Amino acid sequence: MTDTCDDWGLLIQADLDGELDIATIARLARHIETCPACAGLQRDLLALSSRIRADVPRPTAPLALAASLRPPPSRRGWRPVLGGFATGAALAASLALFMLTPRPDPDADIVAGHIRALQPGHLMDVVSTDSHTVKPWFDGRIDFAPDVRDFATAGFPLIGGRLDYLGGRVVAALVYRHAQHPIDLYVWPATGTAAPVVSSAKGYAVARWTAGGMAYTAISDINPADLQEFARIWAMR
Amino acid sequence: MNPDASPARTEAFARLVLPHLDAAYRLARWLLRDPDAAQDVVQDALVRAMTYFASFRGDNPRAWLLQIVRNTAWSRPRGPRLEALDDDAGASLIAPGPDPEAALAQTEAHSQLSRMMARLPAELRECLALRELEDMSYRDIAEVTGVPVGTVMSRLFRARKLLLGQAQGNPE
Repeated sequence: MTDTCDDWGLLIQADLDGELDIATIARLARHIETCPACAGLQRDLLALSSRIRADVPRPTAPLALAASLRPPPSRRGWRPVLGGFATGAALAASLALFMLTPRPDPDADIVAGHIRALQPGHLMDVVSTDSHTVKPWFDGRIDFAPDVRDFATAGFPLIGGRLDYLGGRVVAALVYRHAQHPIDLYVWPATGTAAPVVSSAKGYAVARWTAGGMAYTAISDINPADLQEFARIWAMR
Repeated sequence: MNPDASPARTEAFARLVLPHLDAAYRLARWLLRDPDAAQDVVQDALVRAMTYFASFRGDNPRAWLLQIVRNTAWSRPRGPRLEALDDDAGASLIAPGPDPEAALAQTEAHSQLSRMMARLPAELRECLALRELEDMSYRDIAEVTGVPVGTVMSRLFRARKLLLGQAQGNPE
């Protein structure tokens, strides 16, 4: 490739990266029509970009990262931050990430996980309303097989699933929707049986139960009675 | 009470900065090639970000946070180093050798492409990761990495040509 074409190479790249103005795009298109080397480079760069975006994983930050935040050696400046705590449910929930609580709070991980899942693009790793698609997706990703069910007819359609990290272990998260509100249902192996109990944590409704060798925790901003119904349907199946 | 730590400012920090925690962690992983070290660096960076947030005036909290993460990573004793890029660099991407990202591979099945990216010189892989995996503009990448846009363009081009097996060893 000649030096001239190296300059074109930067333009070809900038075009694929969406950084070129219309006039330059037109000039580039005319050149590529007459230059097989540059046309080939364009194909290669486009294919490389697609492969990177499709194949290279994008891990999410471990919840432990946020949860393990501790004050720096000089504590001044952190206490006042915490002194401003609890001005509204949303704020309180966001700050669950920064709470420097002396004792672990069993709800903090759940709430933090739910909030992080609500960030754009984080809700689901597998998007499907078909339980036969979601269930196999977990195979090989976790060392247990969660029961995946759809309750669309009862007003709680399954919309997808993802992996999450709670209490030091990887758990399955099933995502449902009820009246446009997402519900996260975390599932992991546990022994015993316990009927659903609904509580509230930092403005969110949380339902917990244990059945069939699995512990379930559902969290959502729907009203607690609706979450109770969701848990009841799940637990009585 | 310290005015910088007002509830409004704390709320603003949570709203503007925390959504970019995943991007921060991924950048640290690409730079350090070690999940534990990445976690340490992001933790340090968040403490710094919290401290400096009072003086944040920009409209791009993601670039601002990633710049802090990047500087924190690069300033670590065992952090990334500028590596001389010579004519053999392309070969070393593919040749078997010490596996710098072995720890990463333990938790995820990495593709050949991931391994090749992890072996790019640090200043190239950070540009490529920010472009392809965080979908950042040249201008934002320039802000994060502290170099002119033209340098971002040439680093991206070198990174991609190395991955395409077309290394030519052009100095910047």
